[in-house]
Amino acid sequence: MISIKQIDKKFGKLTALENVSLELQTGKSYALVGPNGSGKTTLIKSILGLVIPTSGDILFSEKSIRHDWKYRDKIGYMPQIGHYPENMSIGQLFDMMKNIRGENQRSDEELIDAFKLYKMYDKRMHALSGGTRQKVSAALAFLFPAPVYILDEPTAGLDPISTEILKEKIIHERRMNKLLMITSHILSDLEELTSSMVYMFEGKVHFNNTIEQLKHETNEVKLSKALTTFIRQKELVASVSEV
Amino acid sequence: MTRVLKYILYDILRTRFILLYTAFLFISTFGLYQLDSDAGKVVLSLLNIVLMVVPLVSIVFSTIHFFNSYEFIELMLAQPVKRSTVFLGEYMGVACSLCAAFVTGVGVPMLLFGINANALTMLYTGVTLTLVFVSLAFLSSVLTRDKAKAIGIALLFWLYFSLIYDGLLLWVVYSFSDYPLEKITLVLIAFNPVDLARIIMLLQLDISALMGFTGAFYQEFFGSYLGMVLSTLVLFIWIVLPIALAQRIFNRKDL
Repeated sequence: MISIKQIDKKFGKLTALENVSLELQTGKSYALVGPNGSGKTTLIKSILGLVIPTSGDILFSEKSIRHDWKYRDKIGYMPQIGHYPENMSIGQLFDMMKNIRGENQRSDEELIDAFKLYKMYDKRMHALSGGTRQKVSAALAFLFPAPVYILDEPTAGLDPISTEILKEKIIHERRMNKLLMITSHILSDLEELTSSMVYMFEGKVHFNNTIEQLKHETNEVKLSKALTTFIRQKELVASVSEV
Repeated sequence: MTRVLKYILYDILRTRFILLYTAFLFISTFGLYQLDSDAGKVVLSLLNIVLMVVPLVSIVFSTIHFFNSYEFIELMLAQPVKRSTVFLGEYMGVACSLCAAFVTGVGVPMLLFGINANALTMLYTGVTLTLVFVSLAFLSSVLTRDKAKAIGIALLFWLYFSLIYDGLLLWVVYSFSDYPLEKITLVLIAFNPVDLARIIMLLQLDISALMGFTGAFYQEFFGSYLGMVLSTLVLFIWIVLPIALAQRIFNRKDL
């Protein structure tokens, strides 16, 4: 579905992504894991065309996304930090998104109902707490049914009940044979939600296989243990070198 | 495009700045008409407002607006919307509202006190200058990620075209006064949209005595009609070039 072909991304002197190649297939769910600043969000933003790679190409359904924009209606995206027009109310925001997408798109308001966001339709975005903002982001990501969902730290800042609601929704979508890509630092969540793992470190992909395979390679039962063992084996510890 | 534009216009109208700007223009034009009974003199006084205030307001407001709608832009770009649609939508939204404010603020008093060709040319120059400076504002907005820096660049553009350029031009004419500079000055004038607007207006008012050296030569060289067409064409380039360049930069920008 999505093939990333040898992309590099440099922000000035800083290399955010280095020769990243990935094949993401429909029906699979990927956990994108790595320490802070390892390039996860840059990779996600590159898929969405928000960040333009320095070199390399990304294909969505065998078509380069370089000058394309229509493919984005096949992606539901939940950003890590949702930036929304601050003086808009929640209701206006949802109306606007529906309006921009066009009348004939059917919308999926399951999460709006489950999070009881309709009770706060008049609240302005600048008055929202971090958690509510996160709920709005989640509801927006799932507002239009799409074959691909990309969620950047979906459960960060959510209360336990909302986290469960969101996880159920993700599992539900996963059963519908969709492509999911989730970044998170909460490994127990990822163990429930995903089957494959991509481990990034300093802009490079170091592991790309199923979680089962990782556990098998490291002889561990739990994902968290398996991952720490993997990191120790490969010595993927931040290189403390004077620049 | 129209859907995106609708929300941009809605956002601009809510800030109320446009209303204040309209009121300011209305009051100053109205006041000038009351101070002087000669419509020609009123237009001449208005010219000074148009040449200084309109570019300043246009460029600063557009730059601030661009950075304030960064969230909206970011949100739209994650949707199936073309980058150029968002960018040109922003341009059109800001340009249309500023032009509407100018035409209402200056045009309504003109209608009340009697409109003529001079007044219409005034409106036309104001609208063109607005478009040019909104264009320059968008260019300064995409040049940097920092709002303060972008406003700095915008103010620099304004300062350069309103004051510094004329000083430089005078200096050149003065230092090389031994040489025949007429044609060179004509070319140099094309590099400043404010000068072009001034010349259009002065050609219309037919007061070459007030235009100084270049203006007088301009009129002699082209005659009123050709001079106006030429200045308009060059002003058009001043609108298109910065926004086209800004669009190119924006299309490759990381968000």
